[in-house]
Amino acid sequence: MQSDIKRLSLILLFAPFALWLLLLIILPHIGIVALSLREKVAPRVYEFGFGNYIDFIQEPIYWNTLLRTGSMSILVTILALLIGFPIAYYIAKIAGKRSRGALFLLCLIPLWVSDLIRAFGWILLLRETGVVSSFLQDIGLISQPIEFLYNDITVIIGLVYTVILFMIVPLVSTLDGMGDDMIEAGYNLGGSGFTVLRKIILPYAMPGIVSGCIVVFMMTAGSYLTPILLGGKNSSWFTEQIYDQFITRFNWESGAAFGFLLLAFTSLVVWLGLKLTGQTLANTVAKS
Amino acid sequence: MIKTLKTTGLIAALMLGTASVGSAETLRLLTWGSYAPEELIQKFEERYPDIEVEVTFSNNEEMIAKLRATGGAGFDLAQPSHDRIYSAQMEYDIYKPMDLSKINTEAMSESLLNGVKANTTIDGEVYAVPHQWGTSGLMKNKALAPDVNGWDDLCDPAYQGKTSMRLKRTILLGTAFAMGKDPFAAYSDLDEYQKILDEVAEKLIECKSNIKAYWKGGDDLSAMMLSGEIVASETWDSTAYKLFAQNPDIVFVPPETGALAWIDTFALPRKGKADDAAYKWINFVLEPENVTIMSNSTGAIASVKGAKDLLPEDKKAAVNAAFTDADIDNLKFFANIPPGVEDMEGKTLEKIKAATGSE
Amino acid sequence: MNDQAAYDLECTNITKDFGSVRAVEDVSFVIPSGSFFSILGPSGCGKTTLMRMIAGFEKPTSGDIRIKGRSVLDVPPNKRNVKMVFQHLALFPMMNVYDNIAYGLRCAGTPKSEIEPKVRNVLERIALPDVATREIHQLSGGQKQRIAIARCMVLDPDVLLLDEPLGALDLKLREAMKIELKLLQHQFNTTFVYITHDQSEALVMSDHVAIMNNGRFEQIGRPEALYHNPTTSFVAGFVGDSNRWKGKVAEVKSDSARVETDAGLTMICKRREGEALSAGQAVEIFVRPEFISAKKDGAADNADNTLTGTVDSVLFNGANSRVLVRGPSAELIEADVVVTGGPEDLRARDAVRLSWSAQQTMCFAV
Repeated sequence: MQSDIKRLSLILLFAPFALWLLLLIILPHIGIVALSLREKVAPRVYEFGFGNYIDFIQEPIYWNTLLRTGSMSILVTILALLIGFPIAYYIAKIAGKRSRGALFLLCLIPLWVSDLIRAFGWILLLRETGVVSSFLQDIGLISQPIEFLYNDITVIIGLVYTVILFMIVPLVSTLDGMGDDMIEAGYNLGGSGFTVLRKIILPYAMPGIVSGCIVVFMMTAGSYLTPILLGGKNSSWFTEQIYDQFITRFNWESGAAFGFLLLAFTSLVVWLGLKLTGQTLANTVAKS
Repeated sequence: MIKTLKTTGLIAALMLGTASVGSAETLRLLTWGSYAPEELIQKFEERYPDIEVEVTFSNNEEMIAKLRATGGAGFDLAQPSHDRIYSAQMEYDIYKPMDLSKINTEAMSESLLNGVKANTTIDGEVYAVPHQWGTSGLMKNKALAPDVNGWDDLCDPAYQGKTSMRLKRTILLGTAFAMGKDPFAAYSDLDEYQKILDEVAEKLIECKSNIKAYWKGGDDLSAMMLSGEIVASETWDSTAYKLFAQNPDIVFVPPETGALAWIDTFALPRKGKADDAAYKWINFVLEPENVTIMSNSTGAIASVKGAKDLLPEDKKAAVNAAFTDADIDNLKFFANIPPGVEDMEGKTLEKIKAATGSE
Repeated sequence: MNDQAAYDLECTNITKDFGSVRAVEDVSFVIPSGSFFSILGPSGCGKTTLMRMIAGFEKPTSGDIRIKGRSVLDVPPNKRNVKMVFQHLALFPMMNVYDNIAYGLRCAGTPKSEIEPKVRNVLERIALPDVATREIHQLSGGQKQRIAIARCMVLDPDVLLLDEPLGALDLKLREAMKIELKLLQHQFNTTFVYITHDQSEALVMSDHVAIMNNGRFEQIGRPEALYHNPTTSFVAGFVGDSNRWKGKVAEVKSDSARVETDAGLTMICKRREGEALSAGQAVEIFVRPEFISAKKDGAADNADNTLTGTVDSVLFNGANSRVLVRGPSAELIEADVVVTGGPEDLRARDAVRLSWSAQQTMCFAV
């Protein structure tokens, strides 16, 4: 009787989470995979088959876009890490208690406005008749207006700006857990600044670095608005491809296949990254 | 025991969920941005106090995708363009036939009504009636780009880096016309259509270096045009009319080969629940004073008799500056898209977007 | 290395200001080679700041620090041959024991072939030869302590600084580690500078102890000298237990003085050499409990100081048992007693006579 009640309460406690997992995560993905395995043979007639995946492999535009999205996302992740780490280190270790909160808030501010508004902000700054171009003209550095928009560099800048907070937060929280004495011990035992960074700070922050990188990479690869709005004539992003399949071309089957491929591809990259750095999900993401 | 408990809980939760739906009739409108001005909604709700209007803004593709996802549920009235109904209905069965006796068809322009009927009749049933029409064509800054008259002038090296277009099907069709083809005629022979598309793609890839950027929505197009960053572009006429009000040098240009005309319609989603309210809305917006309010908001011309006279004054001026009677005779109405064409066009667009080396 | 230097560590007139706050003021001391030196003081007295200056993490506002005779003011912390055991040890959790110890050797560029034997050797000396491959979190508190010391000692430092390293340990382990630290210091024969606020740690382990208060050194000396011959009232009060009275000097003699306490008692106290006392001066008097004898009332006594009272309570603690006696002016006085369990033992509410000699009565001008 006692154990029945225990089991019942366990089930009741677990049920919302299990339902959430099942209804919002597992079922849609099964649906996506099932959808992606349907081939359209005529209006309202479908057959089981791998045609949508074969289309993907046979069309270089598709897998080139996926590879491009992947490599640019990796670049964005690396940049976010390189820029985010010093900021996180400053917030966690150098800034005073009071300014720390303010700095954290500053990092949060961009999240208060939507993706769309942020992208338009960049457009206002970087367009040919925008703030940056006019300013450079005013101070005489350039004689002709310059278009900074509509190229891959702008896309990368915009993406780094959008995702960097998600790099900083886990880094701050791991670095916060590292006592100052750990760093001082590193120096005291004879380490140079570089040695301390490489042998002590970075290994200690590794859980935060890895989880930050995973989040940032996934977010970047899955982002839609920023690459679309800031991107140029040649910058296609894989999510745009998925959107086009679903919405413009009414080709849900192939859109589903693309969606699943994106998921598989990003998971593969994350797995490779973990292998290369010798980390596991359990001792990084779970810990930070 | 445990099982029953769980099931009861679930049922209770479901009942709570459904019970919250209101009892007053709601008209759920799926339409284009600016096609449901606040002023009109208020007026409508005053006249029919028991009807509440809910608006979702969308576009052709998303309308179809939304209705397809639910099998035609979730909305009571949709406004797709006339050429997007036939194939969507054939493929996904998302609309229900209309009862024309409930609509004041007397007020509608006969040619437009018959055109839409011809486009959307399946098995003897009519699936849509016209609401407003407009065109896609070109826009130029007269002062800076006096010689832009045809679709292919966007690729004129004289305007290197100063033109724009939207990378969608309109520009494919326009370019095909500019090359002397008739893409609508080729709809019946998809192999022929594919050939046309291949030539169009080649032309547009070549043209890529001449383009500053592909615009994505009315806002970024307007900003580029007003700032002078571009001097000519493919456009919707309504966008051009709005800019004309701010800078009279910016005019809509019906291309030499004819502006591409679309008619936005009214169609009933298959699982819509408020058909009566939907018919009331259709008849309501056909009333002359409401037509003016609507046109003022959308910039498009209503499909009613004498619509041009019902336009607000500034729009009338813009239309007169853009169209001659000959231009109107020359309009190319979008033809019904047969199944499969969207896929072919999509692939062509991808090819153009992915082509590099011409930066 | 300067072999002629007699002292491993010399500090001369060290002062450190943080803004308007003076953390360390004019501190000077020398530590002979191979000795165990403690700096004892209440928290916030500036002892940690002093240690951080020696390690190089802070720069003195003025004064000089010399190690083996050479000034190190301009030497960055990672180039000073002064190693430090941190309060929370600061072992590197992402490295195993071996790598923790080898870290410093690698930083110093020791050839690979020498690192391994050195690490093995130091692990043997701290009697933990088998833990090299363990992770830090697998070690017990005492083992971590020893690894933290080994990590420093493997570098053969001129001075080892220890910043209250026993604070985090439980009582029993702390007692054991006190002895072990002393033994380790003998074994390595390196100068240890030990910072603590716990007087028993300082007294038990040290060759010399400096008492620090408000940024200044009050007194430096051997533990027993500090205990028996404190030179300031702070030292007398801080080191060991004592009964304390405030009063005024009534009469000054050549080697003693008579003092009237504020509560109206009269006491004879010793005059320390060179201490200038004059009649009417305000003083504080300290008497340690072990020098007060408590006897049942009635027994005759010709001690310098006596007073009578009643036993308030008996605090039994084996050899360290005490009585609390309610004196004539209602204050509580502590006195050590021997509790045998026999009928002659003092009990609560017994009338009692306390007596002690003037020699054990310390008197400091306030």
